[in-house]
Amino acid sequence: MRDAILASLREAFAAPAEASIAHGTFVVALAPESVVATATRLRGEFGFDLLQDVTAVDWPRRALRFDVVWHFYSTTQRVRVRMKTAVGEAAPEVETLTGLYGSAGFMERECHDMYGIRFRGNRDLRPILLYEGFVGHPLRKDYAKEHEQPLVPYRDQQ
Amino acid sequence: MSIELPSPVRAAFDAESEDAVVVNIGPSHPATHGTLQVIAALDGEKVQRVDVHCGYLHRGFEKECESHTWHNLMPYVDRLNYCSALINDFAYCDAVERLMGIEITPRCRYLRTLLSEYSRICDHLTCIAASLMELGAMTAFLYLVMLRDHMYEHLAALTGARVTYTYGRIGGLARDLPDGWLARLDEILVEFYEFTGRIHGLMDRNRIFIDRTRDVGAISSADALHWGFTGPILRSTGAAIDLRKDMPYLAYAELEFDVPVGINGDNYDRYYVRMREMDESIRMIRQLVGKLPQGPICVDDRRCTFPDKQLVYREIQSLINHFKLVMDGPQVPAGEVYVAHEAPNGELGFYLVSDGSGTPYKVHVRSPSFVHMGGLHKLLEGYQLADIIPTFGSVNMIGGECDR
Amino acid sequence: MTATIPITPVTAAGAPAPRSSRSSAFEYLTTKKDELVGWGRKFSIFPYPFVTACCAMEFMAVSSTPYDTDRFGAALPRFSPRQSDLLMVVGTVTHKQAPILLKVYEQMCEPKWVMAFGACATSGGFYQNYATLLGIDRIIPVDVYVPGCPPRPETVIDGIMQLQDRIARQRHPIVNDAF
Repeated sequence: MRDAILASLREAFAAPAEASIAHGTFVVALAPESVVATATRLRGEFGFDLLQDVTAVDWPRRALRFDVVWHFYSTTQRVRVRMKTAVGEAAPEVETLTGLYGSAGFMERECHDMYGIRFRGNRDLRPILLYEGFVGHPLRKDYAKEHEQPLVPYRDQQ
Repeated sequence: MSIELPSPVRAAFDAESEDAVVVNIGPSHPATHGTLQVIAALDGEKVQRVDVHCGYLHRGFEKECESHTWHNLMPYVDRLNYCSALINDFAYCDAVERLMGIEITPRCRYLRTLLSEYSRICDHLTCIAASLMELGAMTAFLYLVMLRDHMYEHLAALTGARVTYTYGRIGGLARDLPDGWLARLDEILVEFYEFTGRIHGLMDRNRIFIDRTRDVGAISSADALHWGFTGPILRSTGAAIDLRKDMPYLAYAELEFDVPVGINGDNYDRYYVRMREMDESIRMIRQLVGKLPQGPICVDDRRCTFPDKQLVYREIQSLINHFKLVMDGPQVPAGEVYVAHEAPNGELGFYLVSDGSGTPYKVHVRSPSFVHMGGLHKLLEGYQLADIIPTFGSVNMIGGECDR
Repeated sequence: MTATIPITPVTAAGAPAPRSSRSSAFEYLTTKKDELVGWGRKFSIFPYPFVTACCAMEFMAVSSTPYDTDRFGAALPRFSPRQSDLLMVVGTVTHKQAPILLKVYEQMCEPKWVMAFGACATSGGFYQNYATLLGIDRIIPVDVYVPGCPPRPETVIDGIMQLQDRIARQRHPIVNDAF
């Protein structure tokens, strides 16, 4: 039954996106403009009621540097979907999904914190895991792991 | 020494913008179970608006993982949900094994299931103990923590550590059960009923407990799904959604167990769902002990399993194998995978991206606590200031998992 | 055989102590006074558990049966820094949390002591990255470091006992440096 659902998803999203099945998850890669429309279809038509995850992957040597990745889950059909899109470093922007899923709020804030991806329409992109005054996006490959930005001056430097 | 201390967060509202009293709770607070800040706008005692700030325990898990091998980062994985560290281990190992195309041995599968359920009991005990203590039931806390302590010592006999075990290995487990471990397990399970029987007696029909938790922090199933709640919180609303039943992994398909659900989605339901889940876990553990097969713990695959030490000392190929596994790490084929297990808090997912080397390209944790914090305001707004404490306790935010 | 060198009592500032403090009866009195205050302080420690991370599990275990810090008088946690004297920093302190730690430390009244509970509070543990404060002694002075990740309850009790020894050995000048 799951295979039937995966097959029907593959048919529905085959064009103009790239659709495949990897390790039991249906993966659809598309252009940033189609993100909201696809998510709306997944939620409305196909019953993907849980947005599980929003994150990004940094491929610094690629032309379109960032992959923004969403994971959806259907509690009724027990199927997972991964939606991916690629954005460049100059304009790392995608539309927000907070209109469809409330859980997108915090996850998009984290993605913005860590990678600098801007989510158009999400009015609250304050730092969530990092703090006010932190400069840079730590999960980008060009941010050095040990580069600390302390808020409180150290005792031996006062 | 008095210096101007900067505020690490910017509130969504402040005393001037709201026609209400603004109270700051946390991040160093006895009842916040770690580090969480809740800025609440109050009208008298009633909470109007809430602004939740997490991230005070952000320890850079993902960045750390990118500079360790797939094996080495196991201790970091432990410390995500530190109340049930084994489940983190096994979920991560499952994800790597999926990427590598490895199938674990039957004994390992059953043992991982058994230990996952054991860890689930430890986590629920901690959650219930802490939330009851905040309501004033100190006795309940002492009973449950004593029981949990026996479990910790028991797990220390197996893994060497009480709280964070680093026991899972890619392709298997660190070591097999020592002699007498299963006998002691039996004793602890008997003791469990004695202790939780007392808790049921103290709490279930306690007027004060019911008044403080019934119809407090209630949420509907539809709202819960919209805000991404999973685990006991979602089940307390009446939705029987559990990954162990819906997408069975490890040995869950072969076990008989029920999924307890609540009625209103309030604090009382969450308490009771957790108590019943512990009963179901024990039912599963007893079945697993009966079904546990003999055999090797680790899969015999040189890509991830260390060769026997005696061979490492005597044969050059085992020596080089060992050397490469330690220095370079197991070579995981390029690709990506998302694997989720049913953690005590909800769906714990690992999204791994590999570029073909022994070091991960990306290890992302889909943490249930973090998503729950995004929806916490739905549980707090409209209730009283004093209700923040039991509600927050019943949500079981674990800082290590939330902030990673 | 080395020649005996007469010891001249000195004050904390290094100047020779006034003649009157050199009588042995007087020194017996001040020693006993110090011991009494030390005894009183070491057996009535009010910890402020500044709990952040995994070490909290062992903190909960050491506060309850069978390890029980109440045997040492150190059981009653006071969640207001004004009412506590031992700041137990339990778990990792990140840069985001550091201002809060410093604020709580500064709000505590003298005498106060600090225990770095666990590897992360001691040195940042194995989180050597942009987010973690690599040891709380970078921002506040620490009296006892309890190693472990997380430390076993027995290690914590050993830390409390060492801190108690330290508290007992402190001098308590009341009137001046000599008394």
